[in-house]
Parts: sequence; structure tokens; C-alpha cells
Amino acid sequence: MSTSTEQLSDQLAATTLLRFATAGSVDDGKSTLVGRLLHDSKSVLADQLEAVEHASRSRGQEAPDLALLTDGLRAEREQGITIDVAYRYFATPRRRFILADTPGHVQYTRNMVTGASTAELAVVLVDARNGVVEQTRRHAAVAALLRVPHVVLAVNKMDLVDYQESVFAAIAEEFTTYASELGVPEITAIPISALAGDNVVEPSANMDWYGGPTVLEHLETVPVSHDLTACHARFPVQYVIRPQTAEHPDYRGYAGQIAAGAFRVGEEITVLPSGKKSKIAAIDALGESVDIAWAPQSVTIRLADDIDISRGDLLAPSADAPATSQDVEATVCHVADQPLAVGQRVLLKHTTRTVKAIVKDIPSRLTLDDLSQHPNPGQLVANDIGRVVVRTAEPLALDAYADSRRTGSFLLIDPADGTTLAAGMAGESFATSKAVAAVDEEEGWDF
Amino acid sequence: MTTVAHTHDTTDSPFALSHLDSLESEAVHIFREVAGEFERPVILFSGGKDSIVMLHLALKAFAPAPVPFTLLHVDTGHNFPEVIVYRDRVVAQHGLRLHVASVQEYIDAGKLRERPDGTRNPLQTVPLTEAIQQHRFDAVFGGGRRDEEKARAKERVFSLRDEFSQWDPRRQRPELWQLYNGRHAPGEHVRVFPLSNWTELDVWQYIQREKIELPEIYFAHEREVFARNGMWLTAGEWGGPKETETVEKRLIRYRTVGDMSCTGAVDSDATTLDAVIAEIAASRLTERGATRADDKLSEAAMEDRKREGYF
Repeated sequence: MSTSTEQLSDQLAATTLLRFATAGSVDDGKSTLVGRLLHDSKSVLADQLEAVEHASRSRGQEAPDLALLTDGLRAEREQGITIDVAYRYFATPRRRFILADTPGHVQYTRNMVTGASTAELAVVLVDARNGVVEQTRRHAAVAALLRVPHVVLAVNKMDLVDYQESVFAAIAEEFTTYASELGVPEITAIPISALAGDNVVEPSANMDWYGGPTVLEHLETVPVSHDLTACHARFPVQYVIRPQTAEHPDYRGYAGQIAAGAFRVGEEITVLPSGKKSKIAAIDALGESVDIAWAPQSVTIRLADDIDISRGDLLAPSADAPATSQDVEATVCHVADQPLAVGQRVLLKHTTRTVKAIVKDIPSRLTLDDLSQHPNPGQLVANDIGRVVVRTAEPLALDAYADSRRTGSFLLIDPADGTTLAAGMAGESFATSKAVAAVDEEEGWDF
Repeated sequence: MTTVAHTHDTTDSPFALSHLDSLESEAVHIFREVAGEFERPVILFSGGKDSIVMLHLALKAFAPAPVPFTLLHVDTGHNFPEVIVYRDRVVAQHGLRLHVASVQEYIDAGKLRERPDGTRNPLQTVPLTEAIQQHRFDAVFGGGRRDEEKARAKERVFSLRDEFSQWDPRRQRPELWQLYNGRHAPGEHVRVFPLSNWTELDVWQYIQREKIELPEIYFAHEREVFARNGMWLTAGEWGGPKETETVEKRLIRYRTVGDMSCTGAVDSDATTLDAVIAEIAASRLTERGATRADDKLSEAAMEDRKREGYF
């Protein structure tokens, strides 16, 4: 037992959780960066390291290949590539981390969109020798499209450009300009060498011109939440709890996870899509009665009036209820092998509500490398990103994805075999320069 | 009334949840999604700590109403008696309904054959799959965690299985936001893993915070054990020790609970939850590395079992 008591009590203190995603290809040194984060934060245990060393030796490699820590499937090890998003877990005394490690070359859009959808931060890697390339712009675009609140640009392999400040500054500026135009609200550029360990966990001795945080310091201190009372409050009803027992003959509670904002006892709410109104009588937060609860807490809300509410309904403050509509305009990322075509009948899953829908139009397809639009493609295939117009059989209380990631997102599902076809984000694809200027500044992004 | 009971980290706003609150909220959301969308869900319940935490979360998710799921125990026949006593007590206490699929009955009926090494873990797949088919379960909760093993790290929260329970890692549905797609054809089912994002330490810290009772074998006690494949196994009728193996009395505890034939104990003097948590936080071995003989067979042992329909 080498860990000191002090370290131990630090590790056991209650901490917050940060979900983040990494993007980049093997060539950019992503596996090395992830391996170093895990290794230097002492999250790789002896038997895992031993297994990696053994596997590396049997492949004829001298040094342990840290990529083998994340490549979990037989096919991945056989082909030497990462196929699927891998989730890794590590902790420091300050925070717990859930890392969605997204592969760079196979199904890259699908995988990165998946990883970014739940991330509060994305790390984009570039090779200092190559600077911002097509793939970097694609990663920036996915982070912007998925509205990941914080983006880190890790300029890697600084050791191979003699740790020159000018090389880093030029790449950081080019990337920051590009990502800001797409509406990424916060960009932090860090010069690193994942191989040598510069600025990953320990500050670099080779770049005294850099005064910012290391990658890990930044991950430990970036805010994971903000003032939720300023957000639109949204509560999708998952399940109606009615014990009908001798002890609780009249209990009727609406169970769900608060998707955005905060709810208070006494607040007037509107039920959507019915439009009925009531007041919040009580909030049960998993065994504890509270007078305020906020995203992403799972709670049970009880109302003052006995009104008809079921799974799929949405509760929102009457003063700030979303409009309902049967016409959805959105950006979708197509994630299935079978295409999505104009006229196709699909199921649309939004929060806890699944409705029939039809694809009315696919006005354009987007190329992520240069953001060029291709009008009327007719269909979308795997890894395409495009604009769609969908008509639903029933009204939905859909927010703009820019306002609320949770209630502005949806899935399109094939009704025949249940395949998830596309991931949808309602409203405009990217923050426009106008929106960035005033409105977003105040409200921030909801996540 | 508590309003700010969930703040812990001074660098964050008062709205930041602690990691345990975040994980609890996510798991409760998953249980309620399944209750809302499936007809016949079941919780796999072994009496091990992960399934105990699952049951605790399910109880909280639907309170004050009863849990709207039944339990299924796939019984290898090589049980720790303390665990079976615990299982039956919990079932009675909460008025739950328990199904048992017995590996021993399959062996007695000649439908399964004992392996030469006496290990029954891989034998659980057939009784599990047949119980799912027989009872027409459409959602099956498992306590698997992604931090346990690298094939599990690629598993979805909602994992579609065909009528043979098979898992095809290359044909998994991408899982976006918190929108779980549980659509399945008749005969197919969905394995659901509410603890996907929990680590071993999270599970123990949650057990401590919630004051959840566990079977005694998780705490240090004296037991007659013998060494096999670098771990301590309990002597018993299941086939150990062999002639060359010597039994000794040691102070041990179990980090995981499974089939007696392949679940190892660790040397430990941790008799309390605090001591167990301190021991795990300082451990340099993963729980499977320290205690599971079946995962030492090959690099892809878990992936292969999962493909065939294992938990």
C-alpha cells in the first residue's frame, strides 16, 4: 500500500464529475495522451499494465503499447485500430472523470458525435508539425454542432518543433478563430508533448513561455455547471408513480430527470402538449423532500391538481413554456448503414416521447471539412450530416438545441427493425455571429 | 427541507452535483425508462454488491410504490451460504418475486456437462437465456460496469440481444445523449446496465453513504482456503482442494461474489466499510484481476462469454 493516508482521504472526498471526449487520430498521439492521463493519474492498475505489457510483448513490441488499454475488442486488437467509442474512468483528488475516447478514422463522425453528445468538454488534438488540418476542422465542427461547452486544443508533439512558442501561437490562433466563428464559446489551447509528458499532468520544463494550466489542471478546474435558474426549466415525465396501497392510497407522483433548469415548490407549471396548468405541491428527491431541484437530478414531482398526465408529457414553468409544433427543422447526423431518404416514415424519439414522423425534405448535406453545403442530396448515408425537415404525427414541445441540449435533441428510428438512424438537433446548426454577440453571452449554453 | 444538500466542490456553482448524486440520478433515470417502455423487465440478482446496489436504486426510483420488476438469480449451485441467506431475507423484506434458474438442475438433467476445471461461470449462459425466453423477459438489468473489463468498456447502457442472447459488438446502436433506444423484435431482449458509469470505488462509497447492508463475506473473516492460480479459493464440495493443494486458515474477505469455484478471496483485515473502502482505494489490482480466475484464461475471455449471451 504505497498511497499515503493524506492522498487517500483526498481521493475519497466527495467530488464532482466531468464527462469529456477526446478526438484525434492515432497519428496525433491521442492514445499516448489518454494513456498518459490514465497512467500519470495512477488510474492504470498493476494487473492491467501487466496485461498490456504481456500483449505488447506477444506482438513483438518492446515498450508497452498504452493504446491496448482502450482497445477492448478482439477485432480491434487484431486490426490494430479502434472501432468503437471506449469509456474510461479515472479520478484525481479534485474530480472524477468519464472519458469517451473516440476513434479517429473508422466511422469517425458517428463515433465523435456519440462521444460529444454527453460531453461537457472536448479535447481536440493536433500535431504541432502539421498544424490545423482538414480533420482538425472536422473535429471543431462536431464540437460546435453538438454544442460542447468547453473545447481544449492540445497542440501535441511540441518536442518535435523545438518547443517554439511561435509554432504554438500560430496554430492556436488559427484554430481559435475557426472554432469561434462556429460558435464554440470557450477554447483553451495548451502546448503539450504527450510522449515526454510536457503539460499533460506536470508543467513543462521546456516551455517557460507558457503560463497556462496543464491538460489535467484544466480538466480539474473547468466549471461543470452554472447558474441553472437562468435556464429554461424542463421536466419530461418518465413514469407515473401510483402505489395505491393502504399506506399511500392517493399518492400520485410524476417521476423524471430534470432535463434543464430548476423547479420550485409552489411554482405554476404547464403540461405539454395538453396545455393544462397546475402548481407544484411537492418535490421528492429520492427519499428526501426538497423545495427546489435542478438538472440533472432524478426526482418525483407532485402537483396540486389531479390532471391527466402520462409518460411523454413535459412540465415547464407556465411563464416559460416552449411552443409545440409538428414541423421540425433540424440538423441530423446519420449514424446507420441504411440510408435516410425524403418521404421515409420513421419514429422520432424526443425526451420520453416517441411519435410517428415522415421525412418531408432533406434540403442540404454539409461537408464538415470546409462547411460547404450540397443542396438536395435526396438521401443521407452513414456519417453524413445534413439538414432535414420532419413532420410528426403529434405535437412536440421541442426546444432549439442551442438553448437546451437535452430537450432540443432527438433520434430518428427505423420502425421496421428499431435501428437508430440519425441523431437530430433542432434549430440552427451553428451559433450565428449575431447570437454569439449578445444573447448567448448572458444565458450560456444549457447542458 | 434541504435546498443545497448536494454541493461539495467549492470551484463549482451551487448547482454542481456530487459524483455519487450524478451517478445515482443517471441510474434512476435508466430504471424509470425501462419501467416506462418495457412489458416484462427483470433484475439479475446474485446477492453480490453490484446487484444489491441495483436493487437499492430501483427501490428508490419507484418509492413509495413497490419495484415494478421481478428478480432472477442464475444459481450455479456453488453458492456461499451467507449470500443465499441474504438473498432470501432481502426478497422477503421487500415483498419481491424471485425466479431461480439452476445450473445444477441442467447438469442433473444432462442438458449441461460439468467442465473439467469445475468452473460453472460459463455454464450460466444457457439457463439464463432459457429463463429469459421462458418468462418472456424483454428487459434484463445487469450489474455490469464498464470499468470492470475492457470488453465491457465498449458495452452500451441498452444492449440489444437476439433470441440466443448473443452480443455483436460491431453492430451496436450508437447511444446519444440520454436517449436510449430499446426497440426490439419479439423474442429479442435488451440487456440494461444502470451501473455502466460506476467504478468499484463509487459502488462502495454509495453503499457507505446509503448504509446498505451486505452479505458478511465482503468483510474480513477467518476461512479455510487453499491457493489455486494465485488466488485463495474456499474449500468446499464443488471440487476443491485437489490432493496437491493444502487448506489453511486465513483472514480474508471477498471483493466480488460469484461461483465459488472461480471467485478468489483477498487477504484482508478490513472488517468495516471504512476499512474496505480504504483498502480498495489503495489497491493496485482491479477487482477482476484480483478475484476472477475465469478472466485470466485469455485476453478476450469476457468478450467471448458476452458474445454467447453471458451477463
